[in-house]
Amino acid sequence: MDKLRRYLTGLRVSQLLVLLLCLVMLTVVLIFPIFSLFSKAFLNKSGDFVGFANYIKYFDTPALSTSIINTIDISLWSTLFSMILGFGYAFALTRTRIKGKAFFKYTALIPIFIPTLVHALGLVYLFGKQGILTRAGLFPFELYGRLGIIISETIYTFPQAFLMFYVALEFADGRLYEAAESMGASHARVLFRVTFPEIKYTIVSAFFVCFTLAFTDFGAPKVIGGSFNVLATDVYKQVAGQFNFNMGAVVGTLLLIPAVASFTVDRLVNSKNSGTISARATQLTIKASTGRDVFFFTLCSLVTGFFLVLIIALAIGGLTENYPYNLAFTLDNFSFNRSVGGMGAYTNSLKMALATAIFGTIFVFVYAYMIEKTAGFTLLRRFGKLLSVLPLALPGMVIGIAFIFFFNSKTNPLNFVYGTMAILVIANILHYFSVPFLTASGCLKKLDREYESVSDSMNVPRWKMFIRVSVPLSLPAILEISMYFFVNAMVTVSAVVFLYSANFKIAAIAITHMEEAGDFGQAAAMSLLILLMNVGVRIAYEAAVRLIKRRTNHQEVTV
Amino acid sequence: MNNSFLEIETITKTFGKQTALDNVSASINKGELVCVLGPSGCGKTTLLRIIAGLETADSGSIVIDGRDATFLPPSKRNFGIVFQSYALFPNMTVQGNILFGLRQKRGMTKAAMVEKAREALHLVDLFEHRNKYPRQLSGGMQQRTALARAIALSPAFLLLDEPLSALDAKVRAKLRRDIRSIQQDLGITTIMVTHDQEEALTMADRIIVMNNAVVEQIGTPCEVYDHPATPFVANFIGTMNTYTDAGNICAIRPENIEIADSTDHDTWAEIRSIEFKGALTRVHGVLPNSEDVCLDLPSDRVKDLNLMEGSTIHLSMPKDHLRKYAVAA
Repeated sequence: MDKLRRYLTGLRVSQLLVLLLCLVMLTVVLIFPIFSLFSKAFLNKSGDFVGFANYIKYFDTPALSTSIINTIDISLWSTLFSMILGFGYAFALTRTRIKGKAFFKYTALIPIFIPTLVHALGLVYLFGKQGILTRAGLFPFELYGRLGIIISETIYTFPQAFLMFYVALEFADGRLYEAAESMGASHARVLFRVTFPEIKYTIVSAFFVCFTLAFTDFGAPKVIGGSFNVLATDVYKQVAGQFNFNMGAVVGTLLLIPAVASFTVDRLVNSKNSGTISARATQLTIKASTGRDVFFFTLCSLVTGFFLVLIIALAIGGLTENYPYNLAFTLDNFSFNRSVGGMGAYTNSLKMALATAIFGTIFVFVYAYMIEKTAGFTLLRRFGKLLSVLPLALPGMVIGIAFIFFFNSKTNPLNFVYGTMAILVIANILHYFSVPFLTASGCLKKLDREYESVSDSMNVPRWKMFIRVSVPLSLPAILEISMYFFVNAMVTVSAVVFLYSANFKIAAIAITHMEEAGDFGQAAAMSLLILLMNVGVRIAYEAAVRLIKRRTNHQEVTV
Repeated sequence: MNNSFLEIETITKTFGKQTALDNVSASINKGELVCVLGPSGCGKTTLLRIIAGLETADSGSIVIDGRDATFLPPSKRNFGIVFQSYALFPNMTVQGNILFGLRQKRGMTKAAMVEKAREALHLVDLFEHRNKYPRQLSGGMQQRTALARAIALSPAFLLLDEPLSALDAKVRAKLRRDIRSIQQDLGITTIMVTHDQEEALTMADRIIVMNNAVVEQIGTPCEVYDHPATPFVANFIGTMNTYTDAGNICAIRPENIEIADSTDHDTWAEIRSIEFKGALTRVHGVLPNSEDVCLDLPSDRVKDLNLMEGSTIHLSMPKDHLRKYAVAA
């Protein structure tokens, strides 16, 4: 009895309730739908349990199972290319003396501001049958199919590889390089014996991240894949085309394989990857080397140039009467067809992205606060941490079909969100939950853990302390999280393609329909609108963070 | 007369397999400043957090001002707290930090709050800095802000968790005196946790010496220094010579050992090194049983005696300064 009373004294009931609420919400939208997905994979159409029969049927149908080989094939090639380019690009920005580093750093991020299917669309403008370069006789290859997918996925995964290598290469222990140089090691030897070992964990992580993204992407193969089938397009065909939900579930579970593998490896790698930088590490001094700088400047210019050319191609497509036959300037392409949602699709996307940013940021931040800043509830908080990383392993397609199975069930009391904007917002928040969670918890960890003790002693309620202290102090992280949610919600196709309703069409999906209908000009125009909005949001974010930093630095230290 | 304000009764607290506090009891009187002193990991901060209600003890009770507070949440215990990290809210001015807590008080007009904040700020001599942000202040000023924030709420007692450890030596010495004089002016019961024995000796009315989750000794600075109850206390506070003699551990301070005649000595030592420290000189030597010994002598005396490395000195250990402890079984 005394023990119980002591336990209850330490327990803050209101905190427990909020924590439980957070965990229940995430469990309901994460664990339950995934459970529905797996159970569907083991049922037949009439709902009887059939064990692995669906899987056996899948592997016995060559038309389906060749997709696995295809998907692995394109994922490996695009991962290889984006890792080489990403490494080279990051090396250029961190270990050479080239000019224009800030410019190159931002242009490397262009692909994340547009849907993957727009990368493919841009390629069609350049290299397709009527492509600018094809017509000039500069591209004698067949774009549609394997080649097109590999190029698209390379573009898609490049920013991720670049950012990971950039972070890894930014920190270098100058002492190692000086030692290697003093021993007369060649450049190649330094690269293989010093640089690569220093970033070996990043190489492994980057491989898995890029591979998983390419493996599960839907947008690019949809536009440029032709008859070359991959798993993501198969899921779509099974579910949206043939209403074969059980087979869709089977393919969906296969999509999870690299994500789960990468997840496992990443955990193993990261658990060992701590404290690799010695406190005594010295700043690396970059030696002058014209040959090296010319090489890397060329590399960066080519990559950036290629991205800019893609955007220019889209701009030409979107702003001309009828590319390539009539190149007169027009804004007609911006009056989008009613059938794909018209301008409403764009405003819907904005609404959805805004709602994702607002609710996602609130939820992630409160969730991270409860995990990081409450005392006690050790088991619950550990469970919460585990839940928070799981979405990393979930491709958008899997979230999409799992949500159909779960929310569309007649017996589900949450059925009412099905077919509304709410389900799109929930899917997006879940899909992109993990990275913002890491941002939020990293930021909260840096706040003095005694703020809570002080406010308790002053009888200030936690919610007030949270709003008046934790939130203002975390403003840069909160803005970063909101921007991340917004930009991703604007460009995502995979999760929402199963979930949007005829009454609520969105821009990224409208682009696929325009492309299918042959309205390339409109597709390009819509892509431009998405790009403009995302770049605008990014600029606003950068400006806001700079303003906050300036305001805090302005208060100079006087002793 | 029972003047007790806070009773710590047989508190035990474990974290997993680790025992942080093992059957700790102490009584703290109204208006006194008590230092909880001990090496890091001895449980002193846990004790403070249990007194504050930020942790709950596994067993034992806390009585505050005659009322059982064991099961009270922190907000009902009416204390002010100051941490080593200051824990000031960086997005609020000095005055804002103080008003943040005051706004929680019921039935207080805005004017009364500002007046309360003004009083507290004057007390720590920061009134003219009231509109600055914490990062515009020096470490010492930040800590004084934290102190003002804690006392502005007129708490029944103050808890200070290593309040001076983050500051440099000069500021620390000044703030020691500041805190002590404010505490005495207000007559507020204060419990301060520290690992710095000099801080405890100079500031405290009484010291609770802790080690390995248990209380080793409770006493005034003089008692703890002159009559350490255990070998741990003897060694932890000040410099202490310990050596074995007839099955006992003997302890004596370097300043209490006397140079004696060859005819009338307790023991002798061979000088190994002589360390000039200004007014005093510390002489390190080795006893016949090859245990180390050191003694502090006025530097003039060392010159007069013409002490040199390698020479032999005869020592006398005055009875009233010599402490004997049974060797732990």
